[in-house]
Amino acid sequence: MTGLSIDELSMRFDLPNGSSVQALQDVSLDLKAGEILTVLGPSGCGKTTLLNIVAGFLAPTSGQVVLNGHKVTGPDAERGMVFQQGALFEWMNVRDNVSFGPRMAGKRSRDYAGEVDHLLDVVGLADFKDKAIYELSGGMQQRVALARCLANEPDVILMDEPLGALDALTREKMQSLVLKLWKETGKTIILITHSVEEALLLGERLIVMAPRPGRIHKEYRLPFADLGVGADLREIKRHPEYAPRREEILGMIWDMEEEIMGRQEDAE
Amino acid sequence: MSGLVVLLVYVAIFAGSFVVAKFLVRRAQNDFTSLKTVTFGDESAVVSDRIASVVSILTLFLLWGAFTGSTLVPKFLHAPGPFEGVATFEYTAENADGDRDTATVTVLVHPITETVSAPEIEPGDGWAKNDSDTVGAWRSGLIRVDKNDEFTKADGARVIEINGQPIEPGGEVFTEYGRVGMSGKGTPNFVPKKGWQMEPIWLPPPEAVVKRVGEIASEGYRDSTLWEHLGYSLFRVIAGFFFGAMVGIPLGYAMGLSNWFRGWFDPIVEFMRPVPPLALIPLVIIWAGIGETGKIILLFLAALWIMAIAARSGVSGVRISKVHAAYSLGATKWQILRYVIVPNSLPDIFTGARVAMGVCWGTVVAAELVAAEKGAGMMIMVASKFQLTDIVIMGIILIGIIGFGIDMLMRWAERVLVPWKGKG
Repeated sequence: MTGLSIDELSMRFDLPNGSSVQALQDVSLDLKAGEILTVLGPSGCGKTTLLNIVAGFLAPTSGQVVLNGHKVTGPDAERGMVFQQGALFEWMNVRDNVSFGPRMAGKRSRDYAGEVDHLLDVVGLADFKDKAIYELSGGMQQRVALARCLANEPDVILMDEPLGALDALTREKMQSLVLKLWKETGKTIILITHSVEEALLLGERLIVMAPRPGRIHKEYRLPFADLGVGADLREIKRHPEYAPRREEILGMIWDMEEEIMGRQEDAE
Repeated sequence: MSGLVVLLVYVAIFAGSFVVAKFLVRRAQNDFTSLKTVTFGDESAVVSDRIASVVSILTLFLLWGAFTGSTLVPKFLHAPGPFEGVATFEYTAENADGDRDTATVTVLVHPITETVSAPEIEPGDGWAKNDSDTVGAWRSGLIRVDKNDEFTKADGARVIEINGQPIEPGGEVFTEYGRVGMSGKGTPNFVPKKGWQMEPIWLPPPEAVVKRVGEIASEGYRDSTLWEHLGYSLFRVIAGFFFGAMVGIPLGYAMGLSNWFRGWFDPIVEFMRPVPPLALIPLVIIWAGIGETGKIILLFLAALWIMAIAARSGVSGVRISKVHAAYSLGATKWQILRYVIVPNSLPDIFTGARVAMGVCWGTVVAAELVAAEKGAGMMIMVASKFQLTDIVIMGIILIGIIGFGIDMLMRWAERVLVPWKGKG
């Protein structure tokens, strides 16, 4: 059985003062191999916790994650991770960063060098292979992070706001790149974002999460990701369904944020 | 007194050269900083002025030379030196009968390095005879004027005037050649004018220090050449630091990676860190003596805690996303230690190493001051006991140069070996 199955995940953090926070409650989700899912929600809705559990960095208090028929118990090369920033190794050049996974697996240089060069071509860094990480711009660094993740050939790629730290123009280019890589490699992708537009453009499926307790509030199936592959993303935004969807989701998130604010005021 | 003069001259040169540099030296007026209108309070607009640095160093040497009568500084810039040459004054004595007579004292004031004999003089008329004596510059001398007189102190004669001014025991009269005092027993005491220059036993001129460097470099001091003294000090620092780093870095890693290690060693490290290494010198001498072992143990202890804390903070400073990324890429624990944690901690370790080397260098000199058979600190300590100020100054300058050199070397190594420092 291929695909990623998230089964009734709950996560409770006990605080030192005796109270506890229900970060996730009964979150269930099934992803077929090759699907791209975007996750959206106000702060504190448990998106990052969900991703960390799928990645294997956290163990849930109840429920389980099953990938290709086996239960997830810890981090593994089958689930690659792309962070917002600062997860590259500055003491290695671009090529060594990208080839990190194969090297750790003990592969020989001639077995992975071609693939690494190809990936660097795909993300447009062919001329920067021997540069140090800190010589690259933020957008280029995220391209390295993407290439590093892909070079390891994971089944699932988990992205935690991978474009969150980029400026608006770079971000648009990177969104196209993510779509292109998704289509070319056929990987299963879960992408967390704060941006409603990004969630709409990149998500074949989109879930909106609600806070306290963290749960899935609503799920959408969207046509934009498929349309967007190889196309101008600004064209996609003129699609008749795009604007109504955006307004609907924005309104939903605004309501949640207001509810949180209201609850905080009540508590005071 | 002359210290105040030096300070005034120094301040005058500071202010004068500022005015000269400001109004006479034209500079590029089109770089970015020069176009800033707000510079007061903008730290980035404050750059070290090259001219000021050069003048500052030159001033130090100029003052040193001028106030020590250095041959490297032109004569007209010298501060007034001590009086040298033939000084005279007159004394009037009164014998037991109330008879007064006046005679001349001729004193040859000579550089203290020369041996001279008193000038030949005529005895003169009257019962008080002319006297002649020698006094070294910067020194003073009792002049027994009654010795050759017809009535001596034993006969009840006493000196009552110098150059016509009355004087009594404990009093003094200033002449153009210097001060004439009178001892409690009534003997004149001549102190030639000292001028504003420093006597070589307090501060030798620069060329004397340079000459001494050559002498000690070739002939040695206390059975060892200069290079042996400095080499021993450096060897101790390097050996002590090496062992300190060999133990401290793994200890720091263990403390950064394991609860048990941190719990076990935290109290020890946190207690030992604020103990100045100098405070350990007596104990180390009791336990290990004043030989090489004791010195290296001391420097090992000085470097150990600094390196352990540097390595620990290097491990704690690794971003969790880097570790997570490495795990997600399939790295094992050992691979994460080798490829993520160690390289990520190197900048912190280098900073610690720089601090540790500085502390070790200071500690070794101090330990050698206390007790040693060889070494830079021992050299200057022994020299100071014999008032060999030139060796002391030379030693201080060389110790400073080596300390500075060590720091530069560490910075250079840091730039070359961990270019990613501060760029994560």
